[in-house]
Amino acid sequence: MPKRTDIQTILIVGSGPIVIGQACEFDYSGAQACKALREEQYRVVLVNSNPATIMTDPELADVTYIEPLNIESLERIIQRERPDALLSTVGGQTALNLSVELEQAGILHHYGIELLGAKVEAVRIAEDRQLFKQKMIEIGLQVPQSGIAHTLAEALDVVAETGFPSIVRPSFTLGGEGGGIAYNIEDFRLLIERALDISPVHQVLVEASVLGWKEFELEVMRDRADNGVIICSIENIDPMGVHTGDSITVAPAMTLTDREYQRMRDMGLRVLRAVGVETGGSNVQFAIHPTDGRIYVIEMNPRVSRSSALASKATGFPIAKIAAKLAVGYTLDELPNDITRETPASFEPTLDYVVVKIPRWTFEKFPEANKTLTTQMRSVGEVMAIGRTFPEAFQKAWRSLEQGRAGWGADGKDKIDPDRLREYLITPTPERFFYVRYALQSGMGVDQISALTHIDPWFIHQFEQMLHIEGRVRAFHLGNVPPNLVRQAKRMGYSDAQLAYLLQPERDHAQAESPQTELVVRARRKEMGILPTFHCVDTCAAEFPALTPYLYSSYETENESLPSDRPKVMILGSGPNRIGQGIEFDYCCCHAVFGLRKLGYETIMINCNPETVSTDYDTADKLYFEPLTLEDVLNIADLEQPEGVLVQFGGQTPLKLANALEAAGVPIWGTPPDAIDLAEDRDRFSTLLDELGIPTPEHGSAVSLDQSLAVARRIGYPVVVRPSYVLGGRAMAIVYDDVSLERYMRHAVDASPEHPVLIDRFLEDAFEMDVDAVSDGHNVVIAGVMEQIEQAGIHSGDSACVIPPYMVDQEHVDTMCQATAQLARSLGVIGLINIQYAMKDGVVYVLEVNPRASRTVPFVAKATGIPWAQIAAQAIAGKPLSAFELPDTQSMLYPDHHQPMYHVKEVVMPWARFPGVDTLLGPEMRSTGESMGSGSTFGEAFAKAQLGCKHTLPSMGNAFISVNDNDKANVIAIARDLADMGFTLFATSGTAAVLQAAGLQTTPIYKVNEGRPHTVDYIKNGQVALIVNTPLGKASFFDERAIRHTALTHGVPTVTTLSGAAAVVQAIRSIRNGGWTAHSLQERMRKIYLEQQTP
Amino acid sequence: MDAILVLEDGRYFHGNSFGATGERSGEVVFNTGMSGYQEILFDPSYCGQLVVMTAPQIGNTGVNTFDSESHQPQAAGLIVRAYSDSYSSWRARSSLSQIVREHQIVAVSDVDTRALTRHIRTAGAMRGIISTEDQDIERLTAKARAIPRMEGLDLTHIVTSSEAYHWFEGSQEWKVVNLSPGEADTLPHRPRLTYQPGGLHVVSYDFGLKRTILRRLVDYGCRVTVVPASTSAEDVLALQPDGVFYSNGPGDPAPVAHGIATVNQLLGRVPIFGICLGHQLMGLAMGGKTYKLPFGHHSINHPVRYLKTGHVEITSQNHGFAIDPDSLPADVEITHINLNDHTIEGLRHRSLPAFSVQYHPEAGPGPHDATYLFSEFVAMMVEMKQ
Repeated sequence: MPKRTDIQTILIVGSGPIVIGQACEFDYSGAQACKALREEQYRVVLVNSNPATIMTDPELADVTYIEPLNIESLERIIQRERPDALLSTVGGQTALNLSVELEQAGILHHYGIELLGAKVEAVRIAEDRQLFKQKMIEIGLQVPQSGIAHTLAEALDVVAETGFPSIVRPSFTLGGEGGGIAYNIEDFRLLIERALDISPVHQVLVEASVLGWKEFELEVMRDRADNGVIICSIENIDPMGVHTGDSITVAPAMTLTDREYQRMRDMGLRVLRAVGVETGGSNVQFAIHPTDGRIYVIEMNPRVSRSSALASKATGFPIAKIAAKLAVGYTLDELPNDITRETPASFEPTLDYVVVKIPRWTFEKFPEANKTLTTQMRSVGEVMAIGRTFPEAFQKAWRSLEQGRAGWGADGKDKIDPDRLREYLITPTPERFFYVRYALQSGMGVDQISALTHIDPWFIHQFEQMLHIEGRVRAFHLGNVPPNLVRQAKRMGYSDAQLAYLLQPERDHAQAESPQTELVVRARRKEMGILPTFHCVDTCAAEFPALTPYLYSSYETENESLPSDRPKVMILGSGPNRIGQGIEFDYCCCHAVFGLRKLGYETIMINCNPETVSTDYDTADKLYFEPLTLEDVLNIADLEQPEGVLVQFGGQTPLKLANALEAAGVPIWGTPPDAIDLAEDRDRFSTLLDELGIPTPEHGSAVSLDQSLAVARRIGYPVVVRPSYVLGGRAMAIVYDDVSLERYMRHAVDASPEHPVLIDRFLEDAFEMDVDAVSDGHNVVIAGVMEQIEQAGIHSGDSACVIPPYMVDQEHVDTMCQATAQLARSLGVIGLINIQYAMKDGVVYVLEVNPRASRTVPFVAKATGIPWAQIAAQAIAGKPLSAFELPDTQSMLYPDHHQPMYHVKEVVMPWARFPGVDTLLGPEMRSTGESMGSGSTFGEAFAKAQLGCKHTLPSMGNAFISVNDNDKANVIAIARDLADMGFTLFATSGTAAVLQAAGLQTTPIYKVNEGRPHTVDYIKNGQVALIVNTPLGKASFFDERAIRHTALTHGVPTVTTLSGAAAVVQAIRSIRNGGWTAHSLQERMRKIYLEQQTP
Repeated sequence: MDAILVLEDGRYFHGNSFGATGERSGEVVFNTGMSGYQEILFDPSYCGQLVVMTAPQIGNTGVNTFDSESHQPQAAGLIVRAYSDSYSSWRARSSLSQIVREHQIVAVSDVDTRALTRHIRTAGAMRGIISTEDQDIERLTAKARAIPRMEGLDLTHIVTSSEAYHWFEGSQEWKVVNLSPGEADTLPHRPRLTYQPGGLHVVSYDFGLKRTILRRLVDYGCRVTVVPASTSAEDVLALQPDGVFYSNGPGDPAPVAHGIATVNQLLGRVPIFGICLGHQLMGLAMGGKTYKLPFGHHSINHPVRYLKTGHVEITSQNHGFAIDPDSLPADVEITHINLNDHTIEGLRHRSLPAFSVQYHPEAGPGPHDATYLFSEFVAMMVEMKQ
């Protein structure tokens, strides 16, 4: 069936800010869908509130709206654009739920919009636990014994039948959010209350436990002619009980016979048909009993998912692209397989390699959180590795994670508590696989380990074989190790760094000499002629020639990657998403590729993150899906001999490699590694600032506790302390006295001569600003100036910010722009540079210089309509900035420009996933994603950014205010504004006195420790609509923490800074006034262009 | 490295033996299925072939009693990238290595199977020899060249049963699930017609018959009498069959003269259904010609279009020869084609009750998309009965 001609305009809804459970895989799927539909000449209208996405690039859709994802906002856009259809299946749970809301609100019907992909009925069956269960039983499939509850009482009735442990799954939530495992009635009550609250339909499924069963997933596709194919099977090594997003998974399934696999395949297809997914991809999960083979259907997602992104990267089959084409009427057999080009997409990919995915957690950012893995996903990113065998892929995946490990052990860094071995085997945590390793090393049997972990013995046997080879290697040193053994270890995925550890010269001398480096091993390995080979991900196990170069390394006999004779540039990606280094950097890497392709270079991408656009096989000319380690990058550089390698777009990941790559003779393009070092080296950098006469807060660095105390005393408290070379404010803190500095030095960091601790004076109450700029080595162009809305001391990545600055005057903005240009030139920056400034008492201080792409580059690009990362990449390749016809961005720098547009970036915090963690913002970044709001007033832009993050703002009700003494004078204006808008003011005694004295009617209420009813009681009773609570200091810490915690669980917006509160007031006013309009990115760009033409 | 595979063109691959010692030769073919090594090893159609599994890790689920497609391993040898002697499956009874050693099959691990597969894809299927004794490339190349080519080779007499027997066992718990009534309505082109258990008598020629075919026939209401390949048409008719089935089998169909002759004798007198070699024999009998494919189809992921409905089936394939579409007479209709290379996948006689498919609708290993063909056979027999 050919494509449909009865529809012209298709609306695509994205997934909004990156949150745990919904990350950049939906940028990948949305971008693919946009491209696929435009290829078919449909007019694509895209809505997403997340600016750090490729899908919101103006080239991807015909019309792009960076607007909040809610039905009011979507209706505004629908009114303007009048789409014929809505594709709801490529924007994650967010888009799927919105499509149901739009249908239920009658909006789709009113505007005559057809839902493509999954119809509302299918979504309901798939997402409503009750309907799904009934449907499965109807078609003869087994599901775990379970019952539905809408109240605690109902849930207690169900659990009386299903027993403990009990699995709780809320309906219509994402990544298992709000779900969990209860082992007793007390946990169960707590879990049910939270789950009922979090489910938008207040429904939970209470399920008998199938903990420890084998867990599998199938990625299934269906077209409207009812052709169905399985794209990939995925086996979870972590059995049932750990969310699949938090599980280490393998593709294809390793421990199923064909009969078991085909039975599951039949079931997967039947589930799709029964649920009514007419076209597109779905993910179906199964549990299989390890000793009798019983199979249960657990759940299904009637849309493109994180697993389907993984399956796409694992197989080379572009699920989202094909899903989009199927949605407009094509059938699978009408579409070609992009990799082979000769054969159709109506087939099932077959793998002659093994793929391993490992999640990346960020528990170090949430030290109070319990690290036990459950049915609620908490990882923030993942890596995928490809090898010819499971051991090879497994080792490659561990070294891809960038957690300071050279792989799965064998690097001297295992931290094992032998007394807790059984505990760590039984209870899943991120460390479990290192305990499995230790258990094997200490002689525990495979069967016993399997019994404790429920990990299938096949995998444990594989680990055993790896340790066997490892043991053989250990018996040698580099001088006498047989080449054959080295080859065997390489074929099992061991890194050169691991071999360097295993082949230590003489153990006794190891101390005396410097440790053997991976480069020594590398050199010896090359002498032995043991070189990696590269192989195609070809969808067909070599049955047909592959025409798209999507490659991975192994140690086989035949290399398939033939370098072309074109000039090449290698772009190093940003690895797994983590807090502080996420999708923004993948955006930059993709743009570097786009920019260089335009200049005629062959672009070569290296990355190991399956969620990203950069690892789509049609982003760069050539894709190496490989770990971003020195060894793996050098291997590719050896083969490809690129003219240049770009290290400044992928965050810290490639920067950390820059020096070693350069030392190995790899040509680094752009800002030289030495300049990067200079910016990080406090002494060298302050000398430069002195020379340039640019002020910076007093500072010093220390490698020991004594030194740090001396520095802090010299500078004067408070001080900001942090390790050098980190991103996202990792282990960064503001310290007010000797005692806390001592605690920090002892517990928070491992200071060493190579990695000193940086100590800066903390500028209290300063305004903080961020400047992004591009330099070609001669000219410097300011891309954007952002003002942080939260006050100083809060990590810029956790602070809302606005373009243009709204509280800093032109003179100081000019000072910053000049300093930026000066610094860029003096440092020899070629490419991007980001500088953080603080302004206090009329002085502009430089806080930090990052001579690389920053987190804010995509936001600035979306605000200005200029693809800065692309321009930077081209400048790096030698195209002077003067050769670009850049519109004048001066209008973006100052607020007093005529007809200003404000752009606000707001962040989302993952608190809901880490119950018990204090929600106070601080100098360590903990946000996972961002949204952008644009408007003709600051209030509108700020409100839209809030809504984009799903932060609701009340337009009436009771406002609770409690501020510290410093803030008391300034809170009056805010309170007055709230009162004027009709809010009733509640305050704690001190604040209430100030407000009453200012003539504002205020009801005093008790603090938690004063008596009852206290603040928390009011919040719990739903009597508080807005909280303004700035920290009062140690004395009331627990009181405030209780308030913040209660507010979080009850969804009450809480502001912890006065500047934030002032912004919220403006936003509320804007919401009350209404009259918002949605402007597409393309319209805004045209306007910028027209303004240039008519000065 | 204690084993070596040498191809007729002199290319060789080292590996480690996990099977019998000695030398075995045959045509080297690759199978791209990610599951089903046990079924493949026991499939008589692989007689005379050294099978390369492209799936890298083999042995993971051991060997169980139910999944064998015949009473003994049939492939001449097995070549894999990584053999796992430890296995995990609740049905497994022994390791793959135990089975191949027991049956004196050579099996080699640690071979760069991707390079080997790419070589066969480019250079075509070729003869090869595996040795655990001799490492002399020249000598082994000469031996590989000395074995007969697959073209012109009738191997059915090696694998056929020597005596007739009855078969009653169905697929048991592995029966392909019938669709629920509601679902069946939405799939008019795939009716699930079954007959009362044992109500139809099918006589099946055994050219190297797979057990899963027999089980499917039983699932669909047939009782089966299996007869040796040399059985005459008269003897078949004497068994009063409701239908005759032509099985899969190894080698070149063209020299299987007796089989071709019986098709001609039975055509029109009783409904006939053929799979794989059986399909080729029927094609030849009806006037077509067969030719050798460059490296054959051995996989469980090939898309096949059923021309009547336009529907695409994902199919299980295992054949080195195919029917030439230009050779077919007018009274034969092409019903199925392969969407990868557009070769013929199914035929039907326009006026007589006979049809056949090149692929394996019974699966085992492979997807169950085409099990409807068994109900079409049933329908044909029922119609004839009335």
